[in-house]
Amino acid sequence: MDKIMKKLIYLVASLTFASLLGIVAYIVIKGLPNLSLDLFRFNYTTENMSLVPAMITTIIITIIALIISIPIGILTAIYLVEYANKNIIMKFISIAIDTLSGIPSIIYGLFGMIFFVTYLNLGFSILAGSFTLSIMVLPLIITTTRESLLTVSDSLRQGSLALGATKVRTIFKVVLPCALPGIFSGIILSIGRIFGESAALIYTAGTVAQIPENLFSSGRTLSVHMFALSTEGLHTDKAYGTAFVLMIIILLINFLSNQVIKKISKEK
Amino acid sequence: MSKIKIKDFNLFYDNFQGLKNINMNIEENKITAFIGPSGCGKSSLLKSINRMNDLVDSCVTNGNIYFDDKDIMKTDVTQLRKEIGMVFQNPNPFPMSIYNNIAYGPRTHGIKSKEELDKIVESSLRKAALYDEVKDSIHKSALKLSGGQQQRLCIARALAIEPEVLLLDEPTSALDPISTLKIEELLQSLKDDYTIVIVTHNMQQALRISDNTGFFLNGELIEFNETDKLFTFPENEKTENYITGRFG
Repeated sequence: MDKIMKKLIYLVASLTFASLLGIVAYIVIKGLPNLSLDLFRFNYTTENMSLVPAMITTIIITIIALIISIPIGILTAIYLVEYANKNIIMKFISIAIDTLSGIPSIIYGLFGMIFFVTYLNLGFSILAGSFTLSIMVLPLIITTTRESLLTVSDSLRQGSLALGATKVRTIFKVVLPCALPGIFSGIILSIGRIFGESAALIYTAGTVAQIPENLFSSGRTLSVHMFALSTEGLHTDKAYGTAFVLMIIILLINFLSNQVIKKISKEK
Repeated sequence: MSKIKIKDFNLFYDNFQGLKNINMNIEENKITAFIGPSGCGKSSLLKSINRMNDLVDSCVTNGNIYFDDKDIMKTDVTQLRKEIGMVFQNPNPFPMSIYNNIAYGPRTHGIKSKEELDKIVESSLRKAALYDEVKDSIHKSALKLSGGQQQRLCIARALAIEPEVLLLDEPTSALDPISTLKIEELLQSLKDDYTIVIVTHNMQQALRISDNTGFFLNGELIEFNETDKLFTFPENEKTENYITGRFG
């Protein structure tokens, strides 16, 4: 019985690994031959499906979304952990966060379209897309920050307060630095989600394939670009090429951020 | 001369009365020990002196504690905690360098000049008898120190803001005998400059280092006297039973 169980567990574990390996291999095999220098030209034409404009749009949208969601998310988590009593408001906020994190991204897209695009009259734009995504990743940032704040030992808070430090100083000088690696990994997860998002952006940022002129122009991120290329059906090969680049970027971000987290944790 | 006067002090956690009508005077430049079994209220009283109990939502107090004849409830809590330092049961150095640990308090109270901070860090480490052991690694993480060194660092950190009173909540209960001895010697040397109040589970420790001892039981101060007298001729039968090891 024990042996069978053990084999079963190995089997399941290798299945997980195999599926990851399979996807990576598939993208590499299909994508690598389709990579060409033309894909990295600065502008996109109907003859040349350059992904550079999409990459620039992705970076801009990611940065704006994070600039909005990081401070709001961290401050909300600080409120929940350090200030809120276990009252009805706290319960309400917790339910709101859990619900928000369970909503499919296309719903965010619809909301963004109705609210940012139409009601606030932003049109299909980088801004509307960024706002929508910032709401989408907010629960992720709040939850990871809250978890890592909760792991900071109360004895450190007391140590700081006992030295006459105010609560605000205690939070910003002692508690937050301790929670930094956890907060950081929440931000990385958010970047991953933004990079991978397509549904919410099609409805809010549109699908224009050029480098956006300003924050009110439409633009497509890499994921949307890939989606567009493959649904149009004419340039599926370029879609694979783009997928390959997207995968490399995400692996790179994961690797770099792990290094940063290690460095932060080591300095303590 | 009494540094701290406690008058008709009661403390409640919700419906549970943790301290009952405590009256005592804590003398300046002496070591005062609080002893008693777990849950007797000795730590609660200690934490009331620098108002750390303010942080416990369910905790309500009445009666008065005077520090230098000022009512602590009417003193600014930041200022109060600057004058009354505290060291906890488990060493709790901040996850930063030794230097920054000690400079944290002075910086909190507005000292920015690097020279001044350097001086404070060195003198605090010397006072806590830690300087020679860490002088070469002062910018390394405080978490790399041993438990006993960490606790002395916490004492140094408390001394860095130049308090008048030092409260210690079972400071050696998590330490080995040698580290304990070092801290006891340290406290002896500090009492010329500071008023020290120490909560301890260890009666031998109270006997070794304190000048006065208070024995607590079920939230009451049963007996408060000079340490020698309390341990040799206890006036109360409960005190005698406790110090002879019949319970607790």
